[in-house]
Amino acid sequence: MVISLTAIAVVALIYVFIFSEALSFGSNVGFLHLVTDESWNPTNGKYNIIPIVVGTLLTTTLAMFIAGPVGLASAILGLEFRTYRRAIYRRCLEVLGGIPSVVIGLWGLTTIVPLVLKIRAPGASLLAGGIVLSLMVIPTIALVSLSSFESVPEIDIKTGHALGFSRWSVVWRIIVPQSRKGIATGIILGIGRAIGETMVVLMVCGNVIQVPGTIFDPVRTLTANIALEMAYALDDHRSALFATAAVLLIFVTIFVIISDRFSSEIQ
Amino acid sequence: MKVLLSKIAVLGLGGLPILVLAWILIDISYSGLSEISWSFLTEVPTNAGRSGGISSVIVSTLWVVSIATMISTFIGLATAIILSELSAKWEKFCLIVRWSLDILAGVPSIVFGLFGNAFFSQVCGFGFSILSGALTLTVMMLPFFIRVAEEGLRQVPNVYRKTGYALGMRPLSVTFKIVVPQASKAIVIGLVLSLARAMSETAALLFTSGYVERWPESVFDSGRVLSIHIYDLAMNVPGGIERANASALVLIGLLIAINLIIYSIADFWQRKRVV
Repeated sequence: MVISLTAIAVVALIYVFIFSEALSFGSNVGFLHLVTDESWNPTNGKYNIIPIVVGTLLTTTLAMFIAGPVGLASAILGLEFRTYRRAIYRRCLEVLGGIPSVVIGLWGLTTIVPLVLKIRAPGASLLAGGIVLSLMVIPTIALVSLSSFESVPEIDIKTGHALGFSRWSVVWRIIVPQSRKGIATGIILGIGRAIGETMVVLMVCGNVIQVPGTIFDPVRTLTANIALEMAYALDDHRSALFATAAVLLIFVTIFVIISDRFSSEIQ
Repeated sequence: MKVLLSKIAVLGLGGLPILVLAWILIDISYSGLSEISWSFLTEVPTNAGRSGGISSVIVSTLWVVSIATMISTFIGLATAIILSELSAKWEKFCLIVRWSLDILAGVPSIVFGLFGNAFFSQVCGFGFSILSGALTLTVMMLPFFIRVAEEGLRQVPNVYRKTGYALGMRPLSVTFKIVVPQASKAIVIGLVLSLARAMSETAALLFTSGYVERWPESVFDSGRVLSIHIYDLAMNVPGGIERANASALVLIGLLIAINLIIYSIADFWQRKRVV
């Protein structure tokens, strides 16, 4: 009993620490500065996080636009395998999801960034970030969707076959529509993961603070900003970083609550 | 025609993740293998990692991960037992614990890093050390380990528990002598999976276990783990990419080795218990 209190205590502690530091930013500097200052330049007391928030939202959106279709397609492809072949296929996706993010970032840095550079400089950009980030999200979407495909009742599939549906129609008109909620859960989990991911975006996005004009421009995300500046941040700058962490924490908590609701509806 | 096109789309897009997986593994092995040698594994890094080896980095990694694993085994198992064995009795309490674990599972690792820096490094006074890094990782590992362990404990048939009670065993001995051994495989697998996650973690350790690449003397020393070494070589050290690839290969090798070893132990252990 006492020990399992740790779980609650830790969550409470995390919130208390992050938010108390964030609130001290609110009282010392004021939260309005986060949206009204002309730039992010903490050493001179300028704290505009809007370009960084935009960076986070854009990389996440781009990653989801790639990962959504690809993840769904891999889940459908998984249905084509039976018995042990599907187990192997699953295991491969799990391995992709289990590769350390710093290794994926390293690969993105040495492979994807030069490829993007061939199209347009500087290479380390929103586009590279979106592509590499989507790799982190695809296994989540594919595995969750595949599981919910498998829970479609056998009788519905057989009915489809009995009505003379082609294999493709059975998948597209019966299995996929019935698994809407599972797919949505996978996508929400994926968004949560993409927003919180640090190493990949830190390594391939270029980390320039700006609202990008094209997808070939470098961006900086909330997570990368914390990782880059925490090492030398002091006083108000430090609490500004905690304030951005609080923003992240709120995003993620909302996604957890939404996905909980979805998964309890499935059951 | 439309169907054919859709089929091509599914095959092309759906096959992509597997192809990329192969691409990543081949790419990293190709450029990393040439750097790996006996001295690479046994020497201390010099010249910011451009020369020398990664022995002290491997040692720090093992320290951080094994401390984190030990603490989370203890706390995690206790929590999982309460969640599975006593959920009927303490319904409200278990609901709150589960809810907190769900939130904990979703917190981004960089936020764990900030929290670890503020709490373990500063409030607890551990500074940048292996211990603060390990404690931060413990917090990260718990939700996942507890979920898997609880699932395993729940799968032990209720008849086993009732048989225990019928034989006059006390509730505690039913739990520890019957239920936990039966679920040992799930528990060990949960542990390995969360250990692998801990080993791949970077962002949470940036501001807790630190960057120092020396051989760690005690758990209060700062120690650089493999993933941070990879990050540092790739981003901050010009000409460090080959070494980064080699370290990445070592990291992946360690992950595979841990998986294999502990899975076989779990198998062996369960067979012995049943006989």
